[in-house]
Amino acid sequence: MEHILNPWPWYISGPLIAIVMALLLYFGKTFGMSSNLRTLCAIGGAGKFADFFKFNWKDQLWNLTVVLGTIIGGFIAVHYLSNDSGTTLNPTTITELQSMGFETPGKALVPAEMYGLEAIATPKGLILLIVGGLLVGFGTRYAGGCTSGHAITGLSSLQVPSLIAVIGFFIGGLIMANFILPLIF
Amino acid sequence: MKFIKFLLVGIFFGIVLVKSEAVSWFRIYEMFRFQSFHMYGIIGSAIAVGVAFLQLSKRSHIKTIQGADLFVPKKDKVITRYIVGGIIFGLGWALIGACPGPMYILLGTGVWSMLIVIAAAIVGTFIYGLLKNKLPH
Repeated sequence: MEHILNPWPWYISGPLIAIVMALLLYFGKTFGMSSNLRTLCAIGGAGKFADFFKFNWKDQLWNLTVVLGTIIGGFIAVHYLSNDSGTTLNPTTITELQSMGFETPGKALVPAEMYGLEAIATPKGLILLIVGGLLVGFGTRYAGGCTSGHAITGLSSLQVPSLIAVIGFFIGGLIMANFILPLIF
Repeated sequence: MKFIKFLLVGIFFGIVLVKSEAVSWFRIYEMFRFQSFHMYGIIGSAIAVGVAFLQLSKRSHIKTIQGADLFVPKKDKVITRYIVGGIIFGLGWALIGACPGPMYILLGTGVWSMLIVIAAAIVGTFIYGLLKNKLPH
């Protein structure tokens, strides 16, 4: 039980993610989480504004069901399958984040300095979450997939376009974490 | 009832991503600072097992439950959209520490402010849809 309640090592977690991809392929579907954002646009009537959203979104209900499952899974994992061990980060990372003003790196899954009520009540905090969301929503659709569609499914099927996309993900991520975040915090 | 299997896969995925800490903002930061192997191990081993599974399924002719061959859609062979879109996504990923799966999972863990991110991501996707024909792909 202790093994389940503690964080899982990468060599267990990675293969389990591959099983998610394999199961969806076995069910005749593809593992791709960002598609749901497009589906949600279509359900909201975005087809009136752009042909990109004119498709039969009912064919995508299976994927929204996966989304519903992930929300439940997140709930189960923190309430029934976790202890309060927190995330064991590299001590360098902790010192670095503390010097940027993050008080308890790794204690929760997300920093209170960004996601806490006090943070989102400030213009800066609110703008950060909105800008981040916009970048993710716009970027994934422009790139035609996200971590699940390109990095896991695309690379597992040895597709060069997905490799280019993943390189793009990393260029963007490296710029943000190394150059922009230090300016923001 | 045909949806129950998708619900179960989603629950499983949500649990795995929380327990692996892949939904942790801090793990994403640590990854992009090259200060830990953890996230690289997760993504790398997922791909390794994924490659092995897809090669095996080809050779042993594993069928879907509908009886067809396993099918992975082929991505268009272009470059611009992947590199430019990829960079834009990467900037957002490292900022909010969540990609389009973890957003929902974190909501389930009780991070209510993630609703703001999800709403913004839907708007971002909508903006892409509006501009799609004007953007270089």
